[in-house]
Amino acid sequence: MTVQIKTIDLAPKRHTFGHIARRLGEDKPASRYQEATFDIQATTNFHYKPLWEPEYWTYDTRKTAVVMQDWYKPLDPRQYYYAAYNIARANMNQAAERNFAFVEERGLLTKASESARAAIRRGLLPLRHLHWGSNMNMTEICQRGYGTAVTAPCIFSAGDHLGMAQYVSRIGLQLDNQTGATLDEAKQTWLNDAAWQETRRLIEDTFVERDWFHLYVAQTLGVNGVLLPLIYKSAEPAWGDAGLPVALLTEFMNDWRAEEGRWSDAVIKIVAAESEENKALVSGWAKHWIGRATEAAKPLSAALLNDGGAAAVAAGEAALKKAASLGLAV
Amino acid sequence: MAQIASITLVHTDEARPIIEAIMADNPGVRVLNMPGAVKLDCDGTITVKRASVEERIGRSWDPQEIQLVLVSMAGNLDEDDDHFTLSWRH
Repeated sequence: MTVQIKTIDLAPKRHTFGHIARRLGEDKPASRYQEATFDIQATTNFHYKPLWEPEYWTYDTRKTAVVMQDWYKPLDPRQYYYAAYNIARANMNQAAERNFAFVEERGLLTKASESARAAIRRGLLPLRHLHWGSNMNMTEICQRGYGTAVTAPCIFSAGDHLGMAQYVSRIGLQLDNQTGATLDEAKQTWLNDAAWQETRRLIEDTFVERDWFHLYVAQTLGVNGVLLPLIYKSAEPAWGDAGLPVALLTEFMNDWRAEEGRWSDAVIKIVAAESEENKALVSGWAKHWIGRATEAAKPLSAALLNDGGAAAVAAGEAALKKAASLGLAV
Repeated sequence: MAQIASITLVHTDEARPIIEAIMADNPGVRVLNMPGAVKLDCDGTITVKRASVEERIGRSWDPQEIQLVLVSMAGNLDEDDDHFTLSWRH
């Protein structure tokens, strides 16, 4: 007796959701990213008018001055949805944990010279407050923004800033033997040290910006584009003989900036390319906030590197060049 | 008649962008859908380009990753950082 094994190919009646098929123009298998992103946010039939801001609906395209015909155009080139984002970050975190264990086991930070440790306490630890402010900004953009394509990566970014604030805090805890004394000191530095006051003013001014895309430009091109590279990259000589352990412990931040930049740059590029009006608005915002971030970075780079602010100017110029490459008139 | 270079991949979310890249980069490719797998045939040569796959998945991709979704192939393999090519040319 012979047994013949047969397979039947059952063609699925539909390959994806109706609203995704309408986006793609045909019913074909969609990626997880597409299915988790396109038209997820509610657009109509809201139950209650937000009474604290009755001129707007819960999600409202008028909450920013830039106009997009379709807010699902600025897609994330990294194609992050919840799972893809978490897998990517878990891998990065694993590498960071190993670096922390490596530095702690060998006491690389505690063995560093007193002057290097003082520089880290003054120049690096207060950054946790800047990251926390950036976390607030990205959360605010997520809640005021329009369209899942933009808002979902914003809340991922908010989580990243919180994580980076924690890494910075853990550097402090390694320095003070897990007592937290350096973190209290870093807060006083953030509040009182003249070198940090312009940075604090900058991030506090962004807190009150109501136009969410304006805030997005301020945060990504200003804060992320000028201040973070200054501290995490240009300031390396300031850490003296602790330069290598600090580089290990802040590797995550540099990897993250390169990766997040791909997304934030793409969004700005697409929004600015939509119309002349958008381009003018975004260019103005970029110019203003890169300028302010450069001014804020000057006393920091003067205090840390003794360079009279040259590193800050260089970081600002690099940010302007980046903005110009995104099609902005800066 | 040219010999057929062919590659068979499992039909999953991970393989779909690779399949799309092959279909875009190899004019005249013939697609045979089977339950759970897709066989792609091409006269002479069939190639998977790293850049085309990366464009679709939004991250860097090593052509060796194709092994994770590869079922079968026919042709002599030329593997490189930028492509994964099967052909009968020598």
